[in-house]
Formats: sequence, structure tokens, C-alpha cells
Amino acid sequence: MALAFFLASWRLGGSTSAAPLIQSQTAYDESPILMDLSILLILIQDGLVNGAVYALLALSLVVVFAVTRVILIPQGEFVSFAALTYAALDQGQVPGSLYLLAGLGAAAFLRAGWHTRGRALAWLAVETLLLPTLIAGVTIVIAPRKPGVAVEALLAVAVTVPMAPYLYRIAFRPMAEASVLVLLVASVGAHLALSGLGLLIFGPEGTRGPAFSDASLAVGDLVVSGQALWILGLTESVMAGLYGFFGHTLLGAALRATAVNRLGARLVGIPTARAGLIAFTLAGLIGAASGVLIAPLTTIYYDSGFLIGLKGFVAAIVGGLVSTPLAVLAALGVGIVESFASFWASSFKEVIVFTVIIPVLLWRSLKHAVVEDAE
Amino acid sequence: MLQRSRFLSVSASLLALALAAGPALAAEPIRVGVTISTTGPAASLGIPQKNSIALLPKSIAGHDVDYIVLDDSADSSKAVANARKLIDQDKVDVLIGSSTTPASLAMIGVAAEKQVPMISLAASAAIIAPIDAQRHWVFKTPQNDSLMADAIATHMQVHGVKTVAFIGFNDAYGDGWQTEFTRAAAAHGITITDTERFARADSSVTGQVLKMMAGKPQTVLIAGAGTPAALPQKTLRERGFTGVIYQTHGIANNDFLRVGGKDVEGTILPAGPMLVAARLPDSNPIKKVALDYVTRYEAAYGAGSVATFGAHAFDAMLLVQAAIPAALAKGEPGTAAFRSGLRDGIEGLHGVVLNHGISTMSPTDHNGFDERARVMVTIKNGSWVLLP
Repeated sequence: MALAFFLASWRLGGSTSAAPLIQSQTAYDESPILMDLSILLILIQDGLVNGAVYALLALSLVVVFAVTRVILIPQGEFVSFAALTYAALDQGQVPGSLYLLAGLGAAAFLRAGWHTRGRALAWLAVETLLLPTLIAGVTIVIAPRKPGVAVEALLAVAVTVPMAPYLYRIAFRPMAEASVLVLLVASVGAHLALSGLGLLIFGPEGTRGPAFSDASLAVGDLVVSGQALWILGLTESVMAGLYGFFGHTLLGAALRATAVNRLGARLVGIPTARAGLIAFTLAGLIGAASGVLIAPLTTIYYDSGFLIGLKGFVAAIVGGLVSTPLAVLAALGVGIVESFASFWASSFKEVIVFTVIIPVLLWRSLKHAVVEDAE
Repeated sequence: MLQRSRFLSVSASLLALALAAGPALAAEPIRVGVTISTTGPAASLGIPQKNSIALLPKSIAGHDVDYIVLDDSADSSKAVANARKLIDQDKVDVLIGSSTTPASLAMIGVAAEKQVPMISLAASAAIIAPIDAQRHWVFKTPQNDSLMADAIATHMQVHGVKTVAFIGFNDAYGDGWQTEFTRAAAAHGITITDTERFARADSSVTGQVLKMMAGKPQTVLIAGAGTPAALPQKTLRERGFTGVIYQTHGIANNDFLRVGGKDVEGTILPAGPMLVAARLPDSNPIKKVALDYVTRYEAAYGAGSVATFGAHAFDAMLLVQAAIPAALAKGEPGTAAFRSGLRDGIEGLHGVVLNHGISTMSPTDHNGFDERARVMVTIKNGSWVLLP
């Protein structure tokens, strides 16, 4: 009851129209809007599921930044493109993203082929020309037959992932040694270009994809959907996979070395440019997988990925763009804050979510100002 | 894009000139400046509007008509810059736009300062009311949100609804609806149990939906535009809400049906009559105009592509077309006399049949629509059905 009074009076102060008056009255007389246990659990569940998606994006932002020093703003585009491709495939259409894939591949070939000769050129042609042709061919043959969600999801990921390394070849590799700020500007440019192409290809309206499973799990009052379990499961396996990759493989160690010191890594024979390609491919993979996972939960537009990526970015910043466990925790936190903010004060939800970053930035700039320069 | 469309219209008019070879050469062209949101968050409004501009007449009353279409990506400052550019550089005689309420509100000052009539394609009544020295120059073609809010409240009252929860966009569209619906609900004895907001780009509205359902309303009104408005409805159904769900005319395009699927069956909304043009009785004069527009639009852009938003742009030009004879009596296109004559002409229009209603302008009403500009519609088997 006290909470209902608090809510009613708080909202009265937040708005100038007559609506809250009526509202507070109802809150007293008929059905006080109280947060009971089941609402609490549902909100936490919803927050965790969204947070898991933010965590995936935060992870890929951290990986890309650590290896290439690029703040990957176009990350969100991979999410949207994969989701929209998945939805198009499910309707038996040939997705327009195939043109984008082929176009980016060709552009990457021209950009990188300029100073490549011999066998390397042949390999480049395989990677940037043959691969998109193959994927496009398979998609065009399979799409009209509606092969079922599993194949559609894999195809959507296959169509989207190569775009990331192509983007690296086109936009970032030629200026790999530039300052973080220059790379950031290039990243913003890539985001704007891709988002414009997205509007052209997918149109302004959104789509939803089919769920992986209609199954749901009842735990007391709480009903957990199969899709939510898929998302949580994938986040955990990506985290475990990244941990294993960076901690226990030679390639992972090489990437870490590049992250710590580019020049030093090159001196000991690590091809840093390839490290960048691998980091981008990982980011594309994580982005595309998240896109396919959230496509059934909400309507995705050509530009939806940006805001989702931005929340992942908030989490990555909390982790200082280097710490993956911190970033994951922060992402789950962002999801839960968002979920509760939408219950208590839906008009201020985004404000609340993005305000969370301010104390973190303050704390970091006070604590780490000198250290970060040295890194 | 601009360059090309201007090039096309210029070359088209050159061709027309060459063919007509004579009287047309003497006539000064009428220049129509359009700024709409063909990219950005309101692209689903702006793209059908741009498509509709291409269907408009290229010659009116012996004068060629030049359309100059700019994109403002629903950005207010860009809309203002576009308006200035259209007036200062292109010397337009009338401004059409923008697609959204905030951008249109921002353009009012420019139109008034330069004394160019402006016709907005956005919903909020605040664009044209109250009519002051600035809004003297401003008209709009979409139905006022107040007209639509009254329609919903009346329908609720007739069907015995006592309590409703409201969830609206976190922008000017939601604000306008909240104000108007609060007024209309009070007038019809309906209690609003809860007022929530959500954003177009939200990936989850579970929090808002749980809070609304905790208040146990009989019905829910969702005030959103386009496919994003499907999200609260889907979440409500997922959480087991069984009451009737009302939506606003902002959802009236076929993409909403596609995204909403079976969760939006039974939705009730007010809409412009053109949405159900084919089902209107033959006695309704709007039927002929709207069917003609729908046929031409779908012939150009494919079956099922038509959206109510595009018709607002078409309607704007129907108003201009109807007012041009009166304006030509005052002066030649390109002169201040023509522009003020055009403004006076639009304000003096009486009973003009548009796609979305029948408009009778007056010095106190720059929208001119009455109840004939809205019908109640429901969604049945994935298509729009006219309610009696």
C-alpha cells in the first residue's frame, strides 16, 4: 500500500496532465499496483534475457577493441541484418542482404587486392568473391523451400558473418595504425553507411522471426520461454568459448599478445592484420547469433541493432573495454535496470539506463586517467 | 536523389514545353517544396509520401508544377534547414511537410516568417491550434488526434468500457494522444487506470505491460505508429490479457498486420476512410477519390503497398490544386501575392473531397475534417474490416 502511494504520488509529480489524478485514485480504490513476487521474478527474468544479449554484444566490443582498438559501432548492424535475413528466409524470400554480402566482398577484394600479388591474391579472391557467391548460391536454392528454423538460422548467420571481416578490410585495415579517435570516426562512418544500406535493402518496416522452440518451462509462477533459455545458453557458451579460445589456444594467445602490444606482437612474428580479421569475424559471429536469437522476441528494424549495441557499449565501458567478466556483469545489470525502470517509470527508461554510465565514467576517469594512456 | 528527381522533373517539363510549344512557355511554373522523412525513424511514413508525390499532377491550370522533395530524417533542425532552403533557393510557392509532429512544429516559424503557406502531414492538433499569427500560414491534412481520441472514447462508452490502461510512444505522438485521450475519456466517463510509455526501438515492454495488467483494466489503448505498436499488444497477449485492445490510426498499414499476425486479431482502431476504401458504401463521395488513389498507387508500387500515410501527402496537393485558381487571380506563381492568395484560397476551401475525409477550412480550423474523416475499423483474418 505504501508502495502504491509512493508510485501514485511520484507519478503525479512527473506529469502535468490530469491523468495521474485518476490513476492515483484507482490505485487506492480498486487495485493497488504493488510489486508482488511473481512480477518481481518476471521482471528479473526479462532483464536477464535482454541483459544476456547486451552481454554478447559487450563481449564482441571488448574483443574487437582489445585487438584492433576499434570501437565497433557497426556491431548493431550485424544484429539487425542477421535478424532481418532470418525473418526473410522464414517467409521463403531470398534476403536482400545477399547483395550487401556480395557488394562488401567485391569492395574488400578491390581494396585489398590493390597491393596483393600471386597466391595471396588467389586466397583473397576465394575469401571475398568465391565465398559470398557460394553462400548466395546455397541461399537462393534453399530459401524458397522453407527448410525450417534451424537451417534458416544457420544460413542467416552465414550470410551476415563474412560482412564483418570484409568491413575490416575495407574500412579499418588500411588505417590500422591510426589513433583511437580516427578509428572511432571511421567506425561511425561505417555505421552510417551500413544503416543507410540497411534501409535501402530491408525497407523502413520491421519484421519478427519465428521462435526456435515453442516449449516453455514453468518454475512455480514463473514461465520461462524456450527462446529465453536459448539466449542464456548461447551467452554462456560464447563466454566459455571465448575463455577457452583466449586462454588455451595459440591463436587466442596471439590475439591477446596483439592486444597488449601491437608492435611487440609483430616483432615476435604474429601477423597483426590477421588478428584484426579474426577479431572482426568473431564480432560478426556474435552479432549475427544475437540477431537471430532476439528476432523472435521483438520486432527488428534496419536500425534496431544500434540501440541494442549501445547498451552493450555501456556495459563494455563499465568493464573498461578490456575486462570481459566485468562487461558481462554490467550487461546483465543494464538489462535488469532497464526492466525495472520500464515498470516504475517507463517515460524515463532510457534516461535511467544511460545515466548509469555517468558515475562509472567519473570513477574511471578519477582512478585510471594515467594508466590508460600508458596502455 | 534530389538532383535526380529535379533533373527528371526539369527534363519532363522541358519535354512538355517542347510538345506544347506555345502557351505553356509563357506560364511561370508553380513550385512545390516538400520536406518529408524518407529515412530515419519515420521512414515508414515518409517513403509512401514520397511515392505519392510522384503520382501528383505535373500541370495545374495551365501551369507546370515542379516538385522539389527533400529528406529531413525526422530531424527537426534538418526540417527547418530544408524549409529555409526550399524557400530561399528554390523560391517555392507552398511547403508540404514534414511527416512528424516535432519536425512540423519546428517549421511553423519559417513558414510564417517567409509568408509561405505550409501543409503539414503530421497528426498532432498542436500544429494548427490555436491559430495565431504564425499558424495563420499553417494547414494540415491528417485527422487531428482529438477527433480520433473522441472516436475511441465514444466506441468504448457504447460498448460498456469503464476502465482502460494507456501505453503510448515516448514522443510527441504519445504526448498528444495522452492529452487528448485523457480529455476524451473523462468526457465519456472512462477511468484511465495506468499511463505507460515505450520507445519505438524498445526490445521489451514487459515491465510496462505487467504494471498495466496489475491495474486490471477492461481494455488497453496503445498509442503508437507503425509496426512498433505491435510489441505491447504481443506482450499483453503473451502475458494472458484477454480484453479488447484499441490502437490508433498510426498503425494503419499492411506491415502492421504482417508483424502482428494472430495477436492483433480483433484490434479496434479509428482510421481514415481510405484504409477501407473498397468497403465504403457507394454513396460516400470519398470512395471514388480514395479508390482512384489506391489503384494508381498500387499500379505504380505493387499490390498491397498502399499506406494511409502516403494519402496525406496526396491530400495536401489536392488542397493546393483546389486553391490554385483563386491564387492565380491574385498574382503569378513566384510572387508574394500568389503565395498569400494560395493561403487565403486554402482557408476558403469548402467541402473538398480528399482521400481521408471531406475538408471545409475556416479561419479557425486549418484541418477542416469532421466525423466523415474517420471510420472505426477492426482486424479480422489479417485484413481491415469496417465496423458499422
